[in-house]
Amino acid sequence: MANIGVYIELKDDSFKKSNKEALGLAIKSGKDVYAVIFSNNTAPYSNELKGIKKIIQVTGDELTFAPDSYADTIAKIITDYDLTDFVGICTAQCKDLFPRIAAKIENASHLNDCLAVDLENKRFTKPVYAGKLLSNFIIDDQYRLFTIRPNVFPPLPADAIPTASPETVKFQLIKKDAKSKIVDVIRSASKRIDLTEAEIIVSGGRGMKAQENFTIIEQLAGILNAGVGASRAAVDSGFASHDMQVGQTGKVVNPKLYIACGISGAIQHFVGMKTSKIIVAINKDPEAPIFKKADYGIVGDLFKIVPMLAEELKSNQ
Amino acid sequence: MNIYACIKQVPDTEAILQVKDGNRVNEDNIKWIISPYDEYAIEEALKLKEKIGGSTVTLVSLGPTRVESSLRAGLAMGAENATHIKTDEYLDHKTTALALANAIKQDPGFGVVFIGKQAIDDDAYVTHIYLAEFLGIPVATNVIAFSYDNNRAAVEREIDEGARQKIEMQVPCIIAATKGLNTPRYASLMGIMKSKKIPIKTLTLPELGISQTQAKIRPEKLFAPPEKPQGKIIQGEPEQTVKELVRLLKEEAKVL
Repeated sequence: MANIGVYIELKDDSFKKSNKEALGLAIKSGKDVYAVIFSNNTAPYSNELKGIKKIIQVTGDELTFAPDSYADTIAKIITDYDLTDFVGICTAQCKDLFPRIAAKIENASHLNDCLAVDLENKRFTKPVYAGKLLSNFIIDDQYRLFTIRPNVFPPLPADAIPTASPETVKFQLIKKDAKSKIVDVIRSASKRIDLTEAEIIVSGGRGMKAQENFTIIEQLAGILNAGVGASRAAVDSGFASHDMQVGQTGKVVNPKLYIACGISGAIQHFVGMKTSKIIVAINKDPEAPIFKKADYGIVGDLFKIVPMLAEELKSNQ
Repeated sequence: MNIYACIKQVPDTEAILQVKDGNRVNEDNIKWIISPYDEYAIEEALKLKEKIGGSTVTLVSLGPTRVESSLRAGLAMGAENATHIKTDEYLDHKTTALALANAIKQDPGFGVVFIGKQAIDDDAYVTHIYLAEFLGIPVATNVIAFSYDNNRAAVEREIDEGARQKIEMQVPCIIAATKGLNTPRYASLMGIMKSKKIPIKTLTLPELGISQTQAKIRPEKLFAPPEKPQGKIIQGEPEQTVKELVRLLKEEAKVL
C-alpha cells in the first residue's frame, strides 16, 4: 500500500481551513495518510486530524516557518516514510516550500496549483496560460509533490471521516542556517482577506474612475466578509494597489462568488477569475464582454447599484 | 558586478491559443514576447548595473531558435551579453533550472541573478527556487522592492493577505520579480541598433553536462476548460434589480 503525505499549514498556530481539502483528497485516495505538522503541541488539532494513519509531529526549539529547515526536514520524512505522493495547499508558504523539497530529493518532482488529481495514474490537471487552457500532466517520478488550488477539492463531511485517532510520531526539526534573514513583516492596516483563499470577492475596474471610489467596493466587501480585488486597468490607473490585481499578471482567484464592478472583462482579467462559481457583473455598458461571462448581470451605474446592494444585503442579514 | 537575468519567451498575453497534437500550443501565428515577470527582472538588473560601476548584465534563456528574438529585445533594453541554451526538446522545470544554473556557474564571479517569479505560459512558479537550490544560494520570491548595499540585498516580498515581508541576504542570490517591482523601460532606437551587433553565445545541453532530458513531468493532454453558459441580465429599475440579484444569489445560486 502506497503512502501519501499531507503538509499541514498553520497560521499563527491556528489550523488553516484549507488543510481539510488536502486531507479530504488524501483520505479519499485510500492510501495510508501521514499528516506532517510543525508544532510542539498537536492536541489543539486532534479533531481535525482524524481518520488518518499517522501524525508526524515535527518538534524543535524554533518552529517558525523557515523554508530551508522545513524543506530539509520534510525531504527526510518523505524518504523515511516513503510518502510517494505529498500534497499541500497552493499558498505563498507551500509555493516557497515544495519546490525546495523537490530539489533536495533526487527522484522528486513538484507541480503547483492542481485542479484535479488521479493519483493512481499519476495524472494531475493544472491550469496553464492563466487558465485559458488546462493541461493534464503525468508526473513520472518516484516522489510526486503537488499543491492543490484552494476551494476546489471539497473537504470530507464529518460522517465520512473515520473516527479512529491516528498514532503520533515525533520527528526532530533538522535545523539549517537560514540563507536569508527576515527583518520585518508589514501587514496591511485593514485586515484584508487573502484573495486566493477568499470565498467571496468584490472587484473594481476602470469604471471606478478614482481611487477614493473604492470605498464603496470596500463597504460591500465588508458586509459580505469578502476580499477586495481589482482589474489591471484599475491598478494601472492607480486606483488600486497591484497586490489586489486579479488576472493573468495578477492573482488567479477561485471564490464561490465574484462581483465585478465597472470591469469590462478583458481576457487578461477573465482568466484570473473564470473558475469562480458565480460571477456577477455590474457595468453601465450593456456591450461589455463581462456580461457574456457573468451568471448574473446588472446594466447600470455602479455608483448607484453597489451602495444599494450593500444596503440590501445589510438589511437582509 | 556580473549581473544575470533569466528570461523565458512566451506567447503574447492577447494570443488566441489553439491546441496542436493534443498536448501543445499551436505556434503558428503566435506573437512571442518576454514573459512579463522576466521583463521586471531585466529592468531591475539594468537598474542595479547603473548603480554599481563596471557592472554588466547577461541575459540567459533556454529554448529553440525563436528565443533569439527575445534575447535581442532584452539586449536592446540595455543588457551587455546574452546566452542562449539552445534546445528543441521539452524539458521539465528541474532540468531547465539545472541548465540555467550550470550556464551561470560558468562565470564564477556571478552576482545577483534576477528572474520572474513564474512564466505566464505554464505558470509553474518553481524554476527560480530550483535555480537557487542548484546554485546553493538564497532566493527571495515574489519581490516587489529591491535594494543593494555592500554585498547585501534587501528586498520586500509579497506574502499572503497582502502582507509584505522584508528580508536581507548575502549576494550572490536569486531575486524573483513580481508586478510592482518596477516599470520596464522601452528599448531606445540606439539600443535596438546596438543590440543587433552583439553576438549571442550559444550553449547546448551536453555542453552544460546535461544528458538526461526525459521530462519527469510531461504534458499528456492540453484542452480548453468547459465554457460557462450565457448568464442572465436582470432587467428593471435599480432597486428592483438589486433585490432580484440578492434573491437569485440566495435562492438559485445559493452562494449567500
